[in-house]
Amino acid sequence: MKRIMSAALAAMVLAVPAGQAMSETLKIAFIDPLSGPFGGTGDAGLRHWEHAANLVNADDGVNGNQVEIIGFDNKINPKESLIQLQKAIDQGVRYIAQGNGSSVASALIDAIDKHNKRNPGEEVLFLNYAAVDPVFTNDRCSFWHFRFDSDADMKMEAVTDWINNKPEIKKVYIIGQDYSFGKAVAAAAVKMIGEKRPDIEIVGNELHPLGKVKDFTPYIQKMISSEADAVITGNWGADMVLLVKAATSSGHDVPYLTYYAGGLGAAAAMGEGAVGRVLTVSEVNTNLDTPGAQDELIDGFEDKYTEISYYYQRVFNAMNMLDMAATKADSIDPTKVAMALEGMEYETPYGTVTMRADNHQILQSLYMSTFSKDVKRDVEKTGLGWVSGEGDKIEAADTAMETSCKMSRP
Amino acid sequence: METILFSLLNGVIYGLLLFMLSSGLTLIFSMMGILNFAHASFYMLGAYFAYSFTQVTSFWLALIFAPILVGLFGAAVERWGLRKVHANGHVAELLFTFGLAYLIDEVVKIIWGKNTVDYQIPHALDFPLFELFGAQYPAYRMFILVVAVAMLAVLWYLLKRTRIGLIIQASLTHPHMVGHLGHNVPRIFMAVFGAGCALAALAGVIGGNYLTTEPSMATFMGPVVFVVVVVGGLGSLEGAFIASLLIGLMQTFAISISASFGDIFGWAGLSPTSELGSITISSLAPMLPFLMLVLILMIRPNGLMGTREV
Amino acid sequence: MTDNISISPVNLAPTSAEKFRARIVPLLFMVAILLVIPLFSPSRTAYSLLAAIGINIVFALSYNMLLGRGGLLSFGHAVYFGLGGYAAMHAMRAVELGESGFWSGFPIFGLPIVGFAAGALAGAIIGWPSCRRSGTPFAMISLGVAELIAAAGFMFASVFGGEEGITGDRMNGPELFGLSMGPLSDIYIFIAVWTFIGTASMYAFTRTPLGKLSEATRDNPERVQFIGFSPVRIRYMVFIFAGAFAGMAGAMAAVNYEIFTPDALSLNPSGFVLLMAYIGGIRYFPGPIVGAIVLTLMQSMLSDFTEAWLLYLGVLFISIVTFAPSGLSGVMYGSYTAVRQEGLGGSLQKVKLKLPAFTLIFLGMLVLIETSVRKSNGHGEVFEFFGLSLPFTSPITWLLIAGPIIAGVALLWKAKTDDQGDQP
Repeated sequence: MKRIMSAALAAMVLAVPAGQAMSETLKIAFIDPLSGPFGGTGDAGLRHWEHAANLVNADDGVNGNQVEIIGFDNKINPKESLIQLQKAIDQGVRYIAQGNGSSVASALIDAIDKHNKRNPGEEVLFLNYAAVDPVFTNDRCSFWHFRFDSDADMKMEAVTDWINNKPEIKKVYIIGQDYSFGKAVAAAAVKMIGEKRPDIEIVGNELHPLGKVKDFTPYIQKMISSEADAVITGNWGADMVLLVKAATSSGHDVPYLTYYAGGLGAAAAMGEGAVGRVLTVSEVNTNLDTPGAQDELIDGFEDKYTEISYYYQRVFNAMNMLDMAATKADSIDPTKVAMALEGMEYETPYGTVTMRADNHQILQSLYMSTFSKDVKRDVEKTGLGWVSGEGDKIEAADTAMETSCKMSRP
Repeated sequence: METILFSLLNGVIYGLLLFMLSSGLTLIFSMMGILNFAHASFYMLGAYFAYSFTQVTSFWLALIFAPILVGLFGAAVERWGLRKVHANGHVAELLFTFGLAYLIDEVVKIIWGKNTVDYQIPHALDFPLFELFGAQYPAYRMFILVVAVAMLAVLWYLLKRTRIGLIIQASLTHPHMVGHLGHNVPRIFMAVFGAGCALAALAGVIGGNYLTTEPSMATFMGPVVFVVVVVGGLGSLEGAFIASLLIGLMQTFAISISASFGDIFGWAGLSPTSELGSITISSLAPMLPFLMLVLILMIRPNGLMGTREV
Repeated sequence: MTDNISISPVNLAPTSAEKFRARIVPLLFMVAILLVIPLFSPSRTAYSLLAAIGINIVFALSYNMLLGRGGLLSFGHAVYFGLGGYAAMHAMRAVELGESGFWSGFPIFGLPIVGFAAGALAGAIIGWPSCRRSGTPFAMISLGVAELIAAAGFMFASVFGGEEGITGDRMNGPELFGLSMGPLSDIYIFIAVWTFIGTASMYAFTRTPLGKLSEATRDNPERVQFIGFSPVRIRYMVFIFAGAFAGMAGAMAAVNYEIFTPDALSLNPSGFVLLMAYIGGIRYFPGPIVGAIVLTLMQSMLSDFTEAWLLYLGVLFISIVTFAPSGLSGVMYGSYTAVRQEGLGGSLQKVKLKLPAFTLIFLGMLVLIETSVRKSNGHGEVFEFFGLSLPFTSPITWLLIAGPIIAGVALLWKAKTDDQGDQP
């Protein structure tokens, strides 16, 4: 028995080469769930990164270096992510991309900080494309972390701005999952509505355990009894879909302002009943007016990955900004690229985005999109999609928030 | 009044859905002693089969054939899987179903994809039945109620009024005696396991479009089914029925209570703004079944209506 | 009566040489392995995998104190791992702050003691109601408790840190043995020392009267009662120790990862430790060690090669449950004794049909799974197998799936009929 163990260990120890030199390719480790319940979400993210990398590679790469995306399956587990991080560093990776799960992002930020402190000269940079806890660009901000998604508070800023323009909304109901993110969303909603529209009454502020509720109808009944004119929710995954389905079947016809109704698989699950009822906040939707080149890009993506709808514009933003920063720094050294990224502006087909220098948070315009039947480009072959009209856009500058970040730079 | 009426209606529907899901497990568990961890996976298979059926035929055919197919699959699992493991004891059987749940999850993902499938309520049933205090009451919920009650009636008739039912009932409580009387107990086991899976699949056909049909729906539904079976008591369908309704009602009523610990225990000096004090009863609602499970097992290990210890 | 009978029992007790060989040599062997590994100058990957393996070894062994030795099936063992880890994490932060006298002088190296104590305390509190039952009620109570505590983990952010969990820095406090605890090689020493302490003391536990009684309670609680012990008390005490060692593993994890999140308390890791122990083999003391090594490697390395690694895990688990209930260690031990009794040739003769049969079936399934996974993704990727590209629609693919499986089943069938022919 013990002999087997020693053989296994020795084999393992020998099989993995001890640290490779930096090669000509710029490797980005994509550390997200690629198996298990969240495997689908992670896979969609990986495909966006790969497509973005292919486009950059076709255009002479990042400062002349070809980009390679390597997927690492973290099973959405923080501890497993740290093992995968070490594996990635061993393979010469200096850039990490991750987005699913604030717990994982928290672990990675902390681990990368410590790694960079303990191993000078081997710095690693973290490109966060979807973990939205505001704390990452405030109290726990780090020089090595750049966020290409708007954080939860900024999205709430967009949601409350939208409410602000709707005088008919007098009562708002907030429902969320009972953990840090749900609580943060609720707190932000209460605070911002209080500032912008003191006349609005918060008629309900409800938390339910994460992923445990099967039938949301009782909650919907509570909302109906409270005569709410709008519902705000940070729910994602099954909790979001089931909430919307219960609302549909009870005929609760008020706007549902969500964070994640645009997410993968949600459209098919919500079905036609959710049309006109559900809104989501995001940096783009695929039915916005854009130059033809962007349409081609989206077509190219959806033709290649037939099962996935174009969703993460921010991944393309991140890749292009990385390219620009490397060109500006004339290096792909993470420290230099990070310095160049600070304060960088980039023209996307949807407007200018800016990477804030003080807390490494992107500023981008946000859209409130409504679930609709009448769409040019649908999602996931449902015939349904997302559209925005007048007054649904929130300018990038308006999403800027004060930050408590005190960044220490190398 | 309004709240009570709504909670009552919703609680009963949710309870009935739970009962459909857990009645099969009660049969299997009481008779074979197997806590079938894959039971919720058969529920998921039911939903997916129904989805595939509705793609080519209609919902009504799916309602009949999806449970039959899943039932046959369940019987096959018993015949060529569980029966082999039986010699190694109950823990091995339980672990077999535990592994089977993993396997079904993954295979479903390969066949039907990783995302939610578009399995929707049939158009014939997609209308509001009546309106009550401003909220519409969907017809499909009434349909769930009808199917569940019909299933209960058929099950009750089969078990109490037919010869097969007598044998099964006897095997529920005295499996060895039934064997001594010359009945083919392994075949009864196989039939009951298949039937139990078919019942779960029926719940899947009904619940898959009412809730969502996606690869993690089994993991999502799994634990609460055990609660029903254990709380209801071994060998007792009535117990499972009562436990389902109890859990359904308890959960929906708890949701309508917005009071927090701080409000209730304010007299003891608990501040409503403290972390413990700010927890509301409604936010705890989905955890109540598990609290009930632990308490019941400690106080009354027979369950509510059971005649034997679990 | 008894006076008249002269008792001269044959001394069946093992000689001290046998005792040494059976009990001390394996542990010395383990020390040797642990000492040799750093000589290979492992990479970061190897170091972090070794650390994960060490943690899982202690965790899986502690779980086997319940399942294998005590006959108690638990679905909530990660609760004690998690609570121990959280206790250690909070202690680590106290060391970092260095305000109070006690913690400021506490070396990080000793944190597993804190985890041990916390795990024992949690076991003592939760175990009191749950250990009054055994069998399925015990399993169900553990499931319920795990669900409740996992939910609480997300609700009480001040203790568990919400979704982000709590982080700490291990490079604080007094240094022990000249270890700064920063580099991975220091952490390796830390993990190795505590893995050895954990393994040795859990092995020692099996030799204590309590360890023996726990096995007796597993096999026949009534007889244990007859000889004057309370099975409930025995289960309770074993439960406390199992919780304590799980807490120790949790504290090792806290130091290694420097972060602890509430999902460490949930049902998933509880299920995973069950898989580790059972796949390794619950009847043998080293079983969970084998399981921990195999499953940790599968979890962290196999996912690089196939996204269907969970499916392989499921297949492995089901095969173990169905064909080899004594686990991988049982298979190893079985083949070892077979080779010793019948010689290599004789034992190979026995499996000459089964071994290729299982290999063929596995090959066919591998091709089936890999091509289906790629088909299902819909990204147009094609499975490459030894330089052979196998698209889903190609007849060669299906030949490669059906051929080996049919051949394998036929071989098994032949093996079965041969066996029957041998022993009519």
